[in-house]
Amino acid sequence: MNKSKIARAFVYLGAAITFGVLGYIILFVFINGVPYITPDLFAWNYTTENVSLTPALITTLYIIGGSLLVATPIGVFTAVYLVEYADRSRPIVKLMSMATDTLAAVPSIVYGLFGFLFFVTFLGFQFSLLAGMLTMTIMILPLIIRSTEEALLAVGRPLREASYALGAGKLRTIFNVVLPVAMPGILSGVILAIGRIIGESAALIYTLGSSVNLPDSLLSSGRTLAVHMYVLSSEGFHVNEAYATAVVLIVLVLALNAFSTFISRRIVRGGK
Amino acid sequence: MAERKERVMNGVFFISALMSIVSLVLITVFMFTNGVPVMMKYGLDEFLFGTQWRPTATEPQFGLLPMIMGSVYVTIGAAVLGVPIGVLTAIFMAEYCPKWLYKILKPAVSLMASIPSIVYGFFALQFLVPLVRDSIGGNGYSILTAMILLAVMILPTVIELSESALRAVPRTYYNGSVALGATHERALFKVMLPAASSGVLSSIVLGIGRAIGETMAVVLVAGNQPLMPDGFLKGVRTLTTNIVLEMSYASGDHRSALIATGVILFVFILLINSVFLVIKNKGATK
Repeated sequence: MNKSKIARAFVYLGAAITFGVLGYIILFVFINGVPYITPDLFAWNYTTENVSLTPALITTLYIIGGSLLVATPIGVFTAVYLVEYADRSRPIVKLMSMATDTLAAVPSIVYGLFGFLFFVTFLGFQFSLLAGMLTMTIMILPLIIRSTEEALLAVGRPLREASYALGAGKLRTIFNVVLPVAMPGILSGVILAIGRIIGESAALIYTLGSSVNLPDSLLSSGRTLAVHMYVLSSEGFHVNEAYATAVVLIVLVLALNAFSTFISRRIVRGGK
Repeated sequence: MAERKERVMNGVFFISALMSIVSLVLITVFMFTNGVPVMMKYGLDEFLFGTQWRPTATEPQFGLLPMIMGSVYVTIGAAVLGVPIGVLTAIFMAEYCPKWLYKILKPAVSLMASIPSIVYGFFALQFLVPLVRDSIGGNGYSILTAMILLAVMILPTVIELSESALRAVPRTYYNGSVALGATHERALFKVMLPAASSGVLSSIVLGIGRAIGETMAVVLVAGNQPLMPDGFLKGVRTLTTNIVLEMSYASGDHRSALIATGVILFVFILLINSVFLVIKNKGATK
C-alpha cells in the first residue's frame, strides 16, 4: 500500500516538473520579451538600430511556401504509391519505407552540411533562397509522407469499392474520393512541416545563409526568424530584441498548433 | 486514353516515391566523399581516438575523441534526467490525468515539441547558465547545463510516444491485474509499463537521437572547449557544435575535417536509428 503511494507521488512529481518547466520557460520569455515588442521591431527594413524582424519573418514565409510547393506533391504522391499501388513485399518498396524513416532521423546539422555541399557548392546556388528551400524540402518530406500514409490507410475500403462500383477508375477514385477524405490528415502533416521549418536554424544557416536583407530573388541570401534569433543570441548585443523575437516565434507555433487541433477535431467529426 | 493516363500517373507516383531513396543516397554520397578522404589522410584512428583538436596549427591535428565523448556524456546525462520524468509524465497523461486537464496538457506537450530549439537554447543561456554558475559553481557554461537543457528538449518526444504506447496496451491487462488484487499503481508499474516497454524504449531511443543531433541550443550553453570532458561543471564541445563553431571560417583540410565530424555524427544516428527499427519491429511481431 505504501509503495503505491510513493509511486503515485513520483508520477505526480514527474508531471509537475514537465509542465512546471514548460510554464516557466514561456512565462520567462514572455515577461522578458513582451515589453520589447515595439513598432520598431516590425519596421520594413532591418537596420542595426531597430533590429527589425520583418525581413526575417517574410523570408520564413518564402521558405515555407517554396518548400511546401515542392515537398507536398512529392510527399503525397509517395504516400499514394506506398498505400495504393506498391506491393509491400518488394525490396524496393521496403527500401523506400526505410529511406523515409532514416531521413526523418537525420539531424538538421547534417542536412545543413549536405545542403552546403550539394546545393550551395556542387550545384552552385550559393547561399540562397533556392538552396534553403530545397534543403528544407528533403527535411520535411518524411513528415508529409508519414502523415499522408496514415491518412490514406484510414480511408475505409467501402468508400473505394463504392467508387469502383460506380465505374470510376483507380486514378479517379484516388483523386476524387480517397484524397479529399484524407485531406485533414495530409493538412496536419503539412502543418507539422511548417512548424519544423519555423524552428529550423542549423540546416538553414549553411544553405540560406544569414543576410539581414529581404532576398529579392531565388538566388539571394536571407535569414529566417529562427536563424535571426540564433544570430542575435550568439552575438549577445541585442538580448531584448532576442527575447521579443522568441515571443514572436512562440506565438507563431502556438497559432499553428491551435490550427492543427482545429483540423484534427474536423477529422473526428468527418469520421462520424 | 484513360488507361494511358493511369499508366503515366502510376509512373509519376513511383518516381515520387523514389525521391526519398535518391535524397538519402545523395546525402550519404556527398557527406562521405567530402568527409572520408581527410579521415584517411590523417588516419582513421587519429580521427576517432586522437584527443587533440588543433585544426589551424601548422601541423594540424584532428582528434575528435573529445567531441565524441562530449556528445556521449551530454546525451547520456540528458537521458538519465529526462527519461524518468518523461515516462512518469506519460503515465500521468495516460492514467491519472482528469479529462478536463488533459484537454489543456495534451496541447501543452505538442507546444513543447514545437518550440524552436533556438528558443530553448536562448532560455538556457539567459536562465540556466547563471543559475548553475550561482548555485552550483563553475562559470555556468558546462556539461551539466547542456544536460539539463537537452533533458527538457527530449521530454515531448518521450512523453508523446510513451503515452501512445501505454494507451495501446489492452485494457484487459489492467482489469485483470486489478481483479487479482493489485492496486492502481501496481497494475500500472508491474503490468502496463512492461507491456508497453517496446514503445517506451523506442521513445527513449528517439529522444537520444534528438539529443545527440541537437546543435543550435547546445552551442549557446556548453562552453565549447575542444577538450576531453572533465567534470560536470567544465565546458564541453559536442560533434554538432564542433561543426557550427568553425564552419564559417574553415577551409581546406579543416573544412573537410568538419564534414568528417558530420559523417561520424551521421553514422551515430544511423546506428541509433537501426536500434530503433529493431525495437519497433520486435514490438510489432510480439
